[in-house]
Amino acid sequence: MNFDLSDEQKMLAEQARGLLSERSTPDRLRELIDSGAEWDEPLWRELAELGFLGVIVPEAYGGLGLSELDLGVLSEELGRANAALPFFSSIVLAADLIRLAGSEAQKEKWLPRLASGETVATFAYCEGAAGWAGDAVQCAFDGAALSGAKRPVADGGIAGLAVVLARRGGVPALALVELDQPGVRREKLPSFDQLRAHYALRFDGAKAEPLGEGDATPIVAHLFDRAAVQAAFEAVGGSDACLHMARDYAMERQIFGRALSSFQAIKHKLADLAVAIEMGRSNAYYAGWAAGSAPEELPAAAAAARLTGLTAFEMGARENLQVHGGIGYTFEADCHFYYRRERTLAVSLESRQYWADRLLAHVPELDEEAA
Amino acid sequence: MDFNDTPEEAAFRAEASAWLAEHAPRHVLPEGVRLDDEEEMRRGRAWQRELYDGGYAGITLPKSLGGRGGTVIEAVVFAEEEGKYTLPKGAYVTIGLGMALPVIAKHGTPEQIAQFAEATLKGELTWCQLFSEPSAGSDLANLRTRAVREGDEWVVNGQKVWSSWAHLTDWGILVTRTDPTVPKHKGLTFFVVKMDTPGIEVRPIRQISGASDFNETFLTDVRIPDANRIGAEGEGWACCMTVLMGERLGSGSHRGAVEEILRIARDTPRGAGNALDSDALRLQLAQALAEQQAEKHFQARLRTMVSRGENPGALAGMVKLAYASRNQKTLGLAFEARGMDAIAPSPDDAAMLDTHYEYIWASVMRIAGGADEVLRNQIAERVLGMPGEMRADKGVPFNKL
Repeated sequence: MNFDLSDEQKMLAEQARGLLSERSTPDRLRELIDSGAEWDEPLWRELAELGFLGVIVPEAYGGLGLSELDLGVLSEELGRANAALPFFSSIVLAADLIRLAGSEAQKEKWLPRLASGETVATFAYCEGAAGWAGDAVQCAFDGAALSGAKRPVADGGIAGLAVVLARRGGVPALALVELDQPGVRREKLPSFDQLRAHYALRFDGAKAEPLGEGDATPIVAHLFDRAAVQAAFEAVGGSDACLHMARDYAMERQIFGRALSSFQAIKHKLADLAVAIEMGRSNAYYAGWAAGSAPEELPAAAAAARLTGLTAFEMGARENLQVHGGIGYTFEADCHFYYRRERTLAVSLESRQYWADRLLAHVPELDEEAA
Repeated sequence: MDFNDTPEEAAFRAEASAWLAEHAPRHVLPEGVRLDDEEEMRRGRAWQRELYDGGYAGITLPKSLGGRGGTVIEAVVFAEEEGKYTLPKGAYVTIGLGMALPVIAKHGTPEQIAQFAEATLKGELTWCQLFSEPSAGSDLANLRTRAVREGDEWVVNGQKVWSSWAHLTDWGILVTRTDPTVPKHKGLTFFVVKMDTPGIEVRPIRQISGASDFNETFLTDVRIPDANRIGAEGEGWACCMTVLMGERLGSGSHRGAVEEILRIARDTPRGAGNALDSDALRLQLAQALAEQQAEKHFQARLRTMVSRGENPGALAGMVKLAYASRNQKTLGLAFEARGMDAIAPSPDDAAMLDTHYEYIWASVMRIAGGADEVLRNQIAERVLGMPGEMRADKGVPFNKL
């Protein structure tokens, strides 16, 4: 038993943190928002150069072939920096789905391009308020052509490729669609997160190919488990950034003749936040390990990590702004990036109720006969 | 990171599990029955003796002290296996093993170690903690119990409170004020005291649970030989810190309470189904379960730190801070799941009767061993580096306060 990151993982975290804190500064984020940019493309290229985009892509397809925990280390740092990158869409969701469900030819064609950052991909699963489960999927796919609409789709404006959840033969199936073609229209939606643009994608007989066969529901549920682990790491990173931002501000800010940080109301708030973050991190570590080394533990571990990650980030995003007071409400302060990102993370990848049900479905004590 | 056992750990687990399968079953406590204190303690001593004879008492203690000389991880593995049985391991045992032994081992003389270590490991000596006083709880260093030296003896006068099991234990660990002319943390001295010494009177406190395992302990002209002083005169606060660190690291390792409450909800009929069909309740209990898992994994991270010789410091306080509130909230949910039947269950509903007791007990878990508010201060100051509280008593001699 050993419940800590390896030295290599700590180095990876340090390297990523160093780079991101230099490149993805709050001023850079403000500049991206002001210019209407949907991502930090130069930073994406730089991460690709360093091999970060291919961390979990197998070596045979141009990646580094590292573990889910290594990917988690990166996700935490991307969350901390609140980076404007399609990492979750392209790497955590689309690349993983192609690896899980794709044919050899599809993997050979797309994984190296995703790992090198040459192509950005996304996973279009949701159909508005109806979501993605069962009958909600109305997009129609006949094995060659795709019609219907998906919304919202994260990073739908910059992606060149999408995996689309569509109905085929009466069941949800996966279609692989190149987005730069006449049968595809993209419409930018008013996105709550100013650093993660969401789109509606409309398909009108778009050329598409099947990704895997049969009912895709189980494989999407499995993908969501794996992605929930990364979302938990991202949330922990984001919340940790909020904690340190609030602490630093409170240490500097003088009020009633003393440091704001000397007030117990502030100390206790941040102590509770620190606990929530460590709880979230502990579950994320376990789930990251389970994803690679104990697959039977993954659904429950991922659900637990998702729930505690959400709690930590929700508290961090809100209380950081609160500790800043009025200044936190200004665009020039940095609280708002996390305040918006937190809500986006909270409802992407299914609701709390979904994860609560998934966790309770894996409690052995409830399998026993009722008394 | 590897949550699996190494081959050595797996071998140790198999060995421990086989030993437990052979020895534990006849020590298991009956379900839904509250034993009287003397009987529970008798059984606790017997189980401790069994552990000692099997070579599993004091797993991390060096062999020279009568321990096993094993690793922190081995202690965890053994605790996990032992936890599969409901065994008598109350405060009467854990105060000795988790508080008295560490402080004697670190601050005591070789003679003291020889006198107490092995006997405690065998369950022959049981211990209580004489720390808190009516005006010294969270502010422990404010204690007033006086010890005055007379030749080779110390004469102790004062009053202690919340002394769990003091009515039945053999010895107590005691902190006293020996010098009131210096600031409060500096004038303290630490002792071990035999509980049948003349002048010690233990009065049970009637607790809100109905039990009386906490006590007030009055000390009137109690004579303690200087040989029973632990550490130097004035070193009492450092001894207390050693004890409290053991308390923090040991707290929060409790059975899987959330699973039990899920079962209560599932076994409660509601409409055509059961109480666990409610989305609202599922959400709250799933959150509690996720937090319970996190507490377990967080504790495991701390143990990894300790096994490498790192000191988790105030991080350790997070275990109890997270656990105590979460546990209270979860047990409260059991009432809401069961509804009216929870407040007056059938006399044979062992699960609900246990929940009554646990919910009452949950309130004191947020106070004992570092109140929530004290732990939050420690985390803010020592983990986050925020300023200490303003202190009106800082640097002031105790007798000028």
